[in-house]
Amino acid sequence: MADPFIRFEDVHKAFGDKQVLQGITFDIRRGETMVVLGGSGSGKSVLIRHIIGLHRPDRGHVIVDGEDIVDYDEDRLFAVRKKIAMLFQGGALFDSMNVLENLAYGLREHTDLPEETIRARVRDKLALVGLEEIEALMPAELSGGMKKRVALARSIAMDPQCILYDEPTTGLDPVTANTINELIRSMQARLQVTSVVVTHDIESAFFVGDRVAYLYEGRMHFVGTIEEARASREPQLRYFLSGGREGADAAV
Amino acid sequence: MNGVLAVGLGHVGAIASLFGETIREALRRKPEWPVLIDQLHHLGVRSFWIATVTALFTGMVLALQTSYSLAAYGAKFFVGDVVSLSLVRELGPVLTSLMVGGRVGAGITAELGTMKVTEQIDAIRAMAASPVRKLVVPKVLSILVMLPILVILADLVGILGGLIMAVTTLNQDSGFYMQHVVTALSLHDVMSGLGKTFCFALIISLVACYNGLIATGGADGVGRATTQTVVVTSLCVLISDFFLTKFFLYF
Ligand SMILES: Nc1ncnc2c1ncn2[C@@H]1O[C@H](COP(=O)(O)OP(=O)(O)OP(=O)(O)O)[C@@H](O)[C@H]1O
Ligand SMILES: [Mg+2]
Repeated sequence: MADPFIRFEDVHKAFGDKQVLQGITFDIRRGETMVVLGGSGSGKSVLIRHIIGLHRPDRGHVIVDGEDIVDYDEDRLFAVRKKIAMLFQGGALFDSMNVLENLAYGLREHTDLPEETIRARVRDKLALVGLEEIEALMPAELSGGMKKRVALARSIAMDPQCILYDEPTTGLDPVTANTINELIRSMQARLQVTSVVVTHDIESAFFVGDRVAYLYEGRMHFVGTIEEARASREPQLRYFLSGGREGADAAV
Repeated sequence: MNGVLAVGLGHVGAIASLFGETIREALRRKPEWPVLIDQLHHLGVRSFWIATVTALFTGMVLALQTSYSLAAYGAKFFVGDVVSLSLVRELGPVLTSLMVGGRVGAGITAELGTMKVTEQIDAIRAMAASPVRKLVVPKVLSILVMLPILVILADLVGILGGLIMAVTTLNQDSGFYMQHVVTALSLHDVMSGLGKTFCFALIISLVACYNGLIATGGADGVGRATTQTVVVTSLCVLISDFFLTKFFLYF
């Protein structure tokens, strides 16, 4: 349980002159759900994109399942990406394909499953996110929240070992958001999936997470369990968790 | 100036490596037929009208201009020669590539650019697939197959345009015109025209895909990339045409 599935070692990343990550070091353990908190633009999306090699750090190491992937080329990253799925912040559904083709993309690419099996699998995954009978619709015909859920269904379609969720519940109504949070929990409980959840929503964070990491100005200001986060006196974290009423600035 | 040159050379290098990767990915797995057929239709068959209308009017204008401007030299009888040689060696490949290239190049860059800025390209990578194999290979292959076909069609339609003018305004016999066309053209002319076309097809498809794949920003970024594609592919077609013409004159 305690061995890290993903490890960041002193990861630095800049875009042009803009320093986004400035020495990130932390572990994500096998089978746990790690929530990454941080303000808008703090670099959360950039951080998790490093895990599957969509970004390359300027300095430091990203170790996934025992392999340092920093110098891997696209071919070698395929093996990593088959283990780890990602839900993109904007969904990133293929808008030239319908819902069925979107969900079947990975299955058709990497397996020789017969068409009926694929369809059944797609139906199951859609049911998990509370959708049915929408296979023939195009992404443009879906509401924002439905897109998010279809994208979530697509990311779990291959039954990955690890899932990176970039704001899975943003833009969903509270009831649907809850369904998604329950889904994230149950995937962890039933399938021992390792999850990384990026979110702004503190309530969701505390519900789904085992541990919390707080990203601020390119560094991890806090990594610890939910209880530790609640009790923490780290001023930046207090400030964030209280919605700006306590901590850093309030203390000044 | 040096900076501009360096950036330009950087793009040329990157396009060359995209070309290499396209070949590698194309050979790695058997083609996805439904995607390929869709692209052949979309990029090729749907360019039929733009290619043939361009060629028809070019052929007619050529016939008119030759008979008018070279009348003093008795050129009237050589309309068939002039029309067919200019079309097959030069205007067929170049005009078709400019028109079709504008159409499909802009479309490709807009499509790939939109996919890039909405993270769909990253989503393909994240699902352990290669965007080059899934997107670039079918487009490059389709254009490589369809552009030469369109050029042959354009040559034929252009010669037909010349025939129409020869018969209707120059009172030439259609058999006479066609005889001049056939005797004027050699296999070498046809081959050099088609050889050029393959190069144009590669330039158009690779530049268009490349500009889409590196688009950044959002709708305006995609718009800029699309404009860029039309400008760059047109210029590259015209400039490379000069060198290719010189090259084929050696044989
Ligand atoms: N491809 C890129 N090129 C240049 N700058 C980038 C790029 N990606 C991200 N950035 C910059 O990095 C910073 C962090 O971006 P990121 O998307 O990771 O923020 P975030 O924490 O996910 O914010 P949000 O909660 O709003 O999604 C931003 O300032 C952004 O402008
Ligand atoms: Mg983000």
